[in-house]
Amino acid sequence: MPADPTERRVTVTGPPRRGRRGHRDPGYYRARTEIDEQTTLGHTYVRSLMRSQLRVALVVFAVLVLLVGPLPLVFAAAPDARRLEWVVLGFCLYAPLILLARWYVRRAERNEEDFVRLVEDRQDR
Amino acid sequence: MNSSYAVPAVALVVVATVLVGAFGLRISRTTSDFYVASRTVGPRLNAAAISGEYLSAASFLGIAGLVLVQGPDMLWYPVGYTAGYLVLLLFVAAPLRRSGAYTLPDFAEARLASRTVRRLAGAFVVGVGWLYLLPQLRGAGLTLTVLTGAPDALGGLIVAVVVVATVAAGGMRSITFVQAFQYWLKLTALFVPALFLVLAWQNAGAPTHAFDEPATFRDRRVVDVQDTLSLKLDRPLTVTVTGTVDGSPRRDTRVTLPEGTHRITAGTRLTFARGTRVPATDRGTNGGMSTSLAESREERPLYATYGLILATFLGTMGLPHVVVRFYTSPHGVAARRTTVAVLALIGLFYLLPPVYGALGRLYTPELTLTGETDAAVLLLPDRVVGGLGGDLLGALVAGGAFAAFLSTASGLTMAVAGVLTQDVLPSRGVRHFRLGTVLAMAVPLAASVPVGGLPVADAVGLAFAVSASSFCPLLVLGIWWRRLTPPGAAAGMLAGGGSAFCAVAATMARLPGTGSLHALLAWPALWSVPLGFLTMILVSLATPGRVPPQTGAILARFHLPEELRAEVKA
Repeated sequence: MPADPTERRVTVTGPPRRGRRGHRDPGYYRARTEIDEQTTLGHTYVRSLMRSQLRVALVVFAVLVLLVGPLPLVFAAAPDARRLEWVVLGFCLYAPLILLARWYVRRAERNEEDFVRLVEDRQDR
Repeated sequence: MNSSYAVPAVALVVVATVLVGAFGLRISRTTSDFYVASRTVGPRLNAAAISGEYLSAASFLGIAGLVLVQGPDMLWYPVGYTAGYLVLLLFVAAPLRRSGAYTLPDFAEARLASRTVRRLAGAFVVGVGWLYLLPQLRGAGLTLTVLTGAPDALGGLIVAVVVVATVAAGGMRSITFVQAFQYWLKLTALFVPALFLVLAWQNAGAPTHAFDEPATFRDRRVVDVQDTLSLKLDRPLTVTVTGTVDGSPRRDTRVTLPEGTHRITAGTRLTFARGTRVPATDRGTNGGMSTSLAESREERPLYATYGLILATFLGTMGLPHVVVRFYTSPHGVAARRTTVAVLALIGLFYLLPPVYGALGRLYTPELTLTGETDAAVLLLPDRVVGGLGGDLLGALVAGGAFAAFLSTASGLTMAVAGVLTQDVLPSRGVRHFRLGTVLAMAVPLAASVPVGGLPVADAVGLAFAVSASSFCPLLVLGIWWRRLTPPGAAAGMLAGGGSAFCAVAATMARLPGTGSLHALLAWPALWSVPLGFLTMILVSLATPGRVPPQTGAILARFHLPEELRAEVKA
């Protein structure tokens, strides 16, 4: 890593691409900018990203717990509802799990895109 | 069951596995290719490979068998196996890929810069891997025994040889192709027969008493009792007996057994009339583990259910063969999308075992008496459809079951061999990896002889409990908590994972008899996971001076999108 901070800057040509696809191609690593991990500002940036990602993860996890957690109690409280238990556990839980996962991925990717934009704006200035 | 179709089907699966593996071998050139497929596997192929690897003997045979014996409560297993991926996605998937490490010990060392933690993580990877390999080998032996009457160990031996050959020859790239191929094979092998089974069931007027408690015999059914067992009757049972019941020999006599416990000696033939309730067995005296676990479940079903949920939800992220797969994704975003695809693929697959479990309660309830409940999936096509069609469908199921053993066993062998090569054997290199492969498989193969009696899905559940109490705290705290220290991580893994391991060992050795202590040991996750987390946090807080100096930079690497990293090309 060069000692002089001015050398570390990389020339940016044109506005950052907003298209979702282009950013995600495998092997597409644009070293457009680089956060200096040793500065306080860099720390603050990373912390804010971690916090927002953790928040999304915890929200989805809470939904999962609320969805699944009470079920054993319900089944234990209503021992006559064996058919309900078969249907719910056998066939009804997988679709909500997949939907939760998709929602989480969308939110997490949006967080990252926002973060990339934020950092690039700072570098452009 | 007619084996003239099933044996060729199994042979075909084995040959196809070797061929697809050899195809991968021609592409696999460098060391990087060998271990992680050069990190260029796309989400779709990778998702099919992960699912193929994940759907083990427990999923293919075990769940249906457990549902058959213990009813719908056991459907928590597939739900937990699937939801585990959601938890993994939320907290681990992308940062784990971005960490750039290849195995869990690599992750531990990269995050904490400590050789000790690395070695400890390696020991747990090997332990969990071996614990998980055992039921795969046992399932293979059982399948071959049901199909051909071959000795129990033969199937396990075949799986061991094929897996060692493919893994040692081609490494991860060939395994990726093999696994992806086997996912679709397994889905087909369970889906097509299920279709015919449901049609046959509908033709029979769609009887629904399978969902009622307890199961009843649909037709007159002859049961040969192979191991001496105790029947626990809560109401009188009328049955025709040839053999010895309660010490008195009978010959083709119709007897009515009063309420209470009755001892049926091995070799006795029982004939149940149509509509008879399937009696409950009590194997406490001579025992398999299924019943010891099942009994504790009767005593505290809620505790057991929540223990199972916790173990499977949190244990998935620490399974060695699952974690290795994430390094084959090209970047963090792909790792996330791959996980969603995996959720969809395994969710689709898990719609099928409940069908087999329900039909098993209807058509093969006597398996609860012979103790071979894991064979339900294999026996159903013959029992329900019958004739040539039944034989062909049975062959398909048998082939799929072998695909299940082969794929999971090869993934686990790959992961365990990776750790053995890097941390135990003297020098690195592909040749040593091959030696590691042989070692990775030899130990569980040798151990499968003394601990043969484990039901497949229960044994896998124990592996999940150990993984959930050791690796889940390490991964979650390592990725999200800055103040984790090497002593904290080591203490947490030892306290959580170590105690879960001891509980598992005690359960396998059937140390505690019954009661709440037994339930606590048989379902350790509920106390061992919080213990692992708490120890890790408290010891870390007590050793603030040991926080690795590079923590900030490392966490930045875990969480920053690849676009912001110059040094990302791994």
